[in-house]
Amino acid sequence: MKIPILYNLRSLKERPVSTLTTAAGMALVVAVFVAMMALANGFRSALVKSGSPNNAMVLRKGANAEMYSGIARSTASTIAGMPFVARGPDNQPLSSPEVFVVIGADRLTGGMANLVVRGVSPKAMQVRQDLEIVAGRDLRSGASEVLVGEKIVDRFANTGIGETMSFGGRDWTVVGHFSARGAAFESEIWAENEQVMPVFRGEVFQSVTFRMADPASFDGVKQQLEEDPRLFLDVFRENEFYQNQSVILTFILNFIAVFIAGVMAIGAVFGAINTMYAAVSSRAPEIAVLLTLGFKPGNVLSSFLIEAVFIALIGGAMGCILTLPINGLVTSTTNWNSFSEVAFAFRVTPALLLTGMIFAAIMGFLGGFFPALKAARQPVIVALRQG
Amino acid sequence: MALVEIKDLAKVFYRDSQKIPVFDGVDLEMEQGEFLSLMGPSGSGKSTLLHLLAGLDKPTSGMISVGGANVTGMKRKELAAWRAQHIGFVFQFYNLLPVLTAFQNVELPLLLTKLSSRERREHVMTALGVVGLTDRSDHYPRQLSGGQEQRAGIARAIVSDPTIILADEPTGDLDAKSADEILVLLQQLNKEFNKTILMVTHDAHAAERAHAVMHLDKGVLSR
Amino acid sequence: MKFMRLIWVNLLRNKRRTILTVLSVAVALFLFTTLRSVVTALDAVSEVGSEARLITRSATGITFPLPQSYFERLRAQEGVQSVSWANWFGGIYVNESNFFAQLAIDHETYLAMYPEMAIPDDQRQAFLNERTAVLVGRGLMERFGWTLDQNVTLQGTIFPGDWEFTIRAVYVPDDPSFGDQLFFFHYDYLYEGVNGNIIPGWYVIQLDDPAAAPAAIDRIDRMFENSSSPTKTETEKAFNAGFVTMWGNIGFLVKAIGTAVFFAILLVAANTMMMAGRERIGENAVLKTLGFQDGLLFRLVLAESLLITLLGGALGVFGSKLMFGPGNPVNSFIQGFEVEWSTVILGLVIATLLGMISGIVPAWQAMRLPVIQALRRVA
Repeated sequence: MKIPILYNLRSLKERPVSTLTTAAGMALVVAVFVAMMALANGFRSALVKSGSPNNAMVLRKGANAEMYSGIARSTASTIAGMPFVARGPDNQPLSSPEVFVVIGADRLTGGMANLVVRGVSPKAMQVRQDLEIVAGRDLRSGASEVLVGEKIVDRFANTGIGETMSFGGRDWTVVGHFSARGAAFESEIWAENEQVMPVFRGEVFQSVTFRMADPASFDGVKQQLEEDPRLFLDVFRENEFYQNQSVILTFILNFIAVFIAGVMAIGAVFGAINTMYAAVSSRAPEIAVLLTLGFKPGNVLSSFLIEAVFIALIGGAMGCILTLPINGLVTSTTNWNSFSEVAFAFRVTPALLLTGMIFAAIMGFLGGFFPALKAARQPVIVALRQG
Repeated sequence: MALVEIKDLAKVFYRDSQKIPVFDGVDLEMEQGEFLSLMGPSGSGKSTLLHLLAGLDKPTSGMISVGGANVTGMKRKELAAWRAQHIGFVFQFYNLLPVLTAFQNVELPLLLTKLSSRERREHVMTALGVVGLTDRSDHYPRQLSGGQEQRAGIARAIVSDPTIILADEPTGDLDAKSADEILVLLQQLNKEFNKTILMVTHDAHAAERAHAVMHLDKGVLSR
Repeated sequence: MKFMRLIWVNLLRNKRRTILTVLSVAVALFLFTTLRSVVTALDAVSEVGSEARLITRSATGITFPLPQSYFERLRAQEGVQSVSWANWFGGIYVNESNFFAQLAIDHETYLAMYPEMAIPDDQRQAFLNERTAVLVGRGLMERFGWTLDQNVTLQGTIFPGDWEFTIRAVYVPDDPSFGDQLFFFHYDYLYEGVNGNIIPGWYVIQLDDPAAAPAAIDRIDRMFENSSSPTKTETEKAFNAGFVTMWGNIGFLVKAIGTAVFFAILLVAANTMMMAGRERIGENAVLKTLGFQDGLLFRLVLAESLLITLLGGALGVFGSKLMFGPGNPVNSFIQGFEVEWSTVILGLVIATLLGMISGIVPAWQAMRLPVIQALRRVA
């Protein structure tokens, strides 16, 4: 027969201070863990959600970032004419040759940042499915106008609708704001490619992004374009390209999250061990009684383990609640791969919260194991005498 | 003036706003070198009297003076310092610190003085010699028998040469043989070293070892 | 301190509990020290750079190069001792995870401007004389196990193709925050390799007198204001500081985590002290009977708490300092990463604070302990 859980719960109530301080310690550890993972999560989402597996992205061969690439006009036209490029309702190819430059700007919160200015084709919004103008209007062809990504608005100067940004020796009017469902594009400034090209780069695009008529045929598309000796290109699935761009920073963020949370967890587990040993000590007479009544040592072991895990779960829940307010908080850093600003929001997901609770449970288990073992191994006589 | 003077002492305990008088209007005088026993039924306030004498508690009314010092009039801080110098307390359950050796336990009261380490050592070894524990000085309480522990307790009580020794049921937890040894020791301290001793006890035979036996019953003290 | 033995012996009373608490504190302070060192290292990087050297780059952004003609015009400015330039190469060594900075420089003028790099004379000459020669930081040599006169190949990204180099010189910076993992080669080599299709990335200007910097900055930027490539000029120090800010709000993140860590461990330490306090009620009563003052007991408990946290604190802080000594792997990301003495001291101060706060309640309780009730409990 199992020792009733009620016994454990009542015992926790008997030692409120000890229980609460241990739980609170765990709460902080879980909070930090969840917060940091939410940070890494947010960053990864911004880049993972960028781009679609239905689109192919073409750069010059050997360029591992858009910034370093150069594709001639003629090449861009050739690509657009190929049969594997999907066509829109107007029977025009869904292909967007784009200019990519990075300009220096000052964050309103202080510090420098490199913002992406993407010169896009009128087809860009169609090629990339999740884009939406959320304020103002779309660009007019031939005008010196820009669209500003949602995450940049209010974080940099002159990003309001109707305001004027100045870069590349020209003035640009902000005519609209756009969202991209959290993707990295939301940290970018978009203008018409033909406007951007002469100002910055001369007669080359940095990339061509197009929708594939048959996304399953990607490998064939890749082969055809990369092996053509006239073209000199590298081809990626659009989403995979952005995923790769985040590799280093995601690794760093994850490493930091695990390192910090891991180290804190050690401290919290030690605290839990102390608490549980004290509990076992002070309850020696009760344990003796339980053993005398016929409960087996195994029952005692699991009983104390459950108690430890329970304290940890209380802490875990407290910690998860602590982190909820940061969900959606926007912060930014520089993605050194693309050498540009990427703003992203902390993402606290149910899966992450669950991970936090599991983490807490593990801490509780580790903290309670040896004390529970001691309780189970306790010789009955000793305990009774102590009482 | 007598060494110990207690005049018109009264003590009332309060439990949940109920008044419980322990004694009311107790008088007592002790001369230097007297060995007095105090007996009485449990709850009669014997230990309370000892606590009041030691300055551990304050009476509801009345006056206590020990060695000319007005105990009842002293403030908390003064009392602690005074107690360190003038009172030696012996407990029923010895109350040695388990983490210290016999030597270190006996040394404790001396840490409150300005004596040097060497001087402290001399006093401690002397005290241990008097109680016959020199060869066990670096044993821990758990390595000592009950009788030996109590002897260490007595050594601790005399190490700073106090004005009076207060013993609260010193043989209460000992077997007959050890109890006897302790009582002999107390008598020795009294006869050879002229120590003034007030001993509370349940045991009539133990009580008879003193010069005189007093009774405290229903708040009345009588010889 | 004659009471030291009493305090120490109390700690040993429950060795497991004391050791676990000490380790908890050690672990927390280790974390704190490491995190704070990230902040101080980044601060140090933003302090690197001379006030007498200016960086002139395109006003549009660091990635935009400047015309070659600017060289003469900058050199002609008053108060300018010399001018050089550099380009970011951005190549890959073997694979993308082996990141380090590669710069193509106008070798003669550039090297003369940076006495901070200590280079043996013969190596300096060898580097200057050979077109494909490379000057490499000592940290980079150690990181990849390179040897002098060895060949190294980089895959170009901005400038495609495979580029062959030979290591002819190794430098040691006099300030670790300068970075010892830089890779310098001849701009001329790059120029040839791209058939002349390249112009300087940014210019470095050495002034005679740092006081002239603000005026010079103003003059230079105004000179190019209305040209095809307007410039942004700043002191090298300001330029480096700007780069550090690109990381984002690290300071805030570190402070937030540091605070959480502090409170988490405070709870652990406080819990330990309270458990110890509860166990010793009877003994404290005995001590008071012997004449120990209330205030003395207060101090004894506090001292015990401080001893635990300072022991743990010292362990954690010095552990971090030892672990991140010279040549540690973090140097690849953050140059000159190390644990400064100011951080060590701050860590010990925090450990002290920890000890005082965690001990205050049990110390107070010991001080205010009603002796009689406590004695009754013992009996």
